[in-house]
Amino acid sequence: MKQFLSFVKKEFYHILRDRRTILILLVMPAIQIILFGFAISTEVKNTPIAVFDPSKDDATRQITERIAANDYFTLVSELHSLDDIEKAFHTGAVKLIIVFSEKFLNNFMHTGEATVQIIADATDPNQASTFVNYVSNIINAWEMENAALVTQSQNNVQFGIVPEIKMLHNPQMKGAYNFVPGVMGLVLLLICAMMTSVSIVREKELGTMEILLVSPVKPLYIIMAKITPYFVLSIINLTTILLLSIFVIGLPVAGNLFILILLSLIFILVGLSLGLFISTLVKTQVAAMLISVVVMMMPTMLLSGMIFPIESMPDILQWISAVPPNRWYIEGVAKLMIQGVEAKYVIKEFIILSFMAIVLLTVSLKKFNIRINR
Amino acid sequence: MKAIQVNNICLNYGKLAILKEISFEVERGEIFGLIGADGAGKTSLFRILTTLLLADSGSAMVEGFDVVCDYKQIRKHVGYMPERFSLYQDLTVEENLNFFASVFNTSVKENYYLIEDIYRQIEPFKNRRAGQLSGGMKQKLALSCALIHKPSVLFLDEPTTGVDPVSRKEFWGMLKKLKQQGIAILVSTPYMDEVSMCDRIAFIQRGKILTVNMPQKIIADFPHKIYSVESNNSYEILKQLRRNSAVRSVFSFGDTLHVIFNSKSEIQNEKNNIQFKEISPTVEDCFMILMEESN
Repeated sequence: MKQFLSFVKKEFYHILRDRRTILILLVMPAIQIILFGFAISTEVKNTPIAVFDPSKDDATRQITERIAANDYFTLVSELHSLDDIEKAFHTGAVKLIIVFSEKFLNNFMHTGEATVQIIADATDPNQASTFVNYVSNIINAWEMENAALVTQSQNNVQFGIVPEIKMLHNPQMKGAYNFVPGVMGLVLLLICAMMTSVSIVREKELGTMEILLVSPVKPLYIIMAKITPYFVLSIINLTTILLLSIFVIGLPVAGNLFILILLSLIFILVGLSLGLFISTLVKTQVAAMLISVVVMMMPTMLLSGMIFPIESMPDILQWISAVPPNRWYIEGVAKLMIQGVEAKYVIKEFIILSFMAIVLLTVSLKKFNIRINR
Repeated sequence: MKAIQVNNICLNYGKLAILKEISFEVERGEIFGLIGADGAGKTSLFRILTTLLLADSGSAMVEGFDVVCDYKQIRKHVGYMPERFSLYQDLTVEENLNFFASVFNTSVKENYYLIEDIYRQIEPFKNRRAGQLSGGMKQKLALSCALIHKPSVLFLDEPTTGVDPVSRKEFWGMLKKLKQQGIAILVSTPYMDEVSMCDRIAFIQRGKILTVNMPQKIIADFPHKIYSVESNNSYEILKQLRRNSAVRSVFSFGDTLHVIFNSKSEIQNEKNNIQFKEISPTVEDCFMILMEESN
């Protein structure tokens, strides 16, 4: 036991004396949460738009005013010719342009049909479709209100079913709701897997592993002593992330906090075992870092549902997406934090993550070399 | 029971033979030197004996334990100092020592007497990080850490490489003292001047042991007369002598050349104002001849 404790103490010395790393480890999660929570937002706000209005009648003026009055858009310019449209997009000054047809009100009143074109910059397709939706909603609303203007005989507008939409769990459609679980998954896995693998491989690279092997220390002790400090660090990070998202971003923990923490602890264990596993595969710190970041992080980020919804992926990618542990953790956290479901609805995630932790730990222990590879 | 027993150890790396049928024995309380150039296979042999590497064939025993089956026992009883400085650079001198003591389930206090002579010299710097020590102090700390659990066999892989002459001398003095405690010491070195400090030495070249004997005995057994040539144009003379069929071998030795002839009578035939002076051979001469003849 004394052997183990002095081992853990040594690991803490390594971490605490490397000022830069410890700073990154503790500050990075906080910055990421704040960035994702505020700056990197998928919400549409103050989007610059332009209008080309050749008819200049009451109707087009009303619609333009409504759109401009909306929080989401800022009318930055009125265009005077069709040629200006392309120019406005090229300079990047606007994201969306509304083009009214000529004699808009006149056409609307007499035929019930008037055309308006919405041109959106679809560089970011998700954002573009959000803009288009907003604008069409505003135009539709105007149309409803002014249906009476259409001369009776021509009034063949069919009023069909008007759906009333309710956004569950995230009524304000805040981006942070989606990102906080994602960032939690990313940060915890990154710290656990990368730091653990690098710290073990460092001993191989510096030759200290040779001395440790030629001593009576059990491999299990070496592994456990390596894991312990990063487990503690991850718990600190988890606490920061939770506190920040509750008090700074205003994200409620709708479900059981205790279960959420339990799930996180299991996920941290998965990350640590993954780091151990990586350390058994490589010989240099650079390789360990590359595997942790490039080979593991990128697919994990892209396939975990954090950026792209899993449901819309091709079947093969959906199967692959079951491999990264993030996916299950993010799913579980979203359920617990945002939907506020009961514990029994996250049993699947618990089982999958525990299984991953056990398999990875066992394999790494088996693979841990009691000698040096040639 | 010998402290170290090596029988026909072979090791291959792909098709390349690193060690070829290595056999020797080391007694308790003996300093056994492995002498050879870089790449001779010294480090591989150390790793096999410290149970870090598995040999392809042959067997070895340390303290009566087999290096393959009883590796756990061996790891309790030996001290190992690898070629490269392998302590924690970001830990202080004291922390390193304490850590290695507890790794071996002992304490610095318990075995302090064993390292006292060595550790006293670095004790003034005990709060300094190991990475900031000078080369000689690093070696002293590494030796202290390798000794702290009172090993009965000590493996030192080129402990004096990169260390200043004064520290080297001190280091060998320490080994002499440890030997008196009954510790068997296997030490490798590329420095010929350290050979005389060993009780017995083995010349190793390209994975093969050329000879195993006491240094004095190796010199006494030297079968040739050896002459030295001093000149300020040794390179020209070296080329000249190499071409001469009467010369058995010639190699440069600092500023002088050491020459061995096929037969004594030939010396008189050599002129060109070259002065031959008979000298007594050194261990290095023996090594050079052995090396040349094994080629």
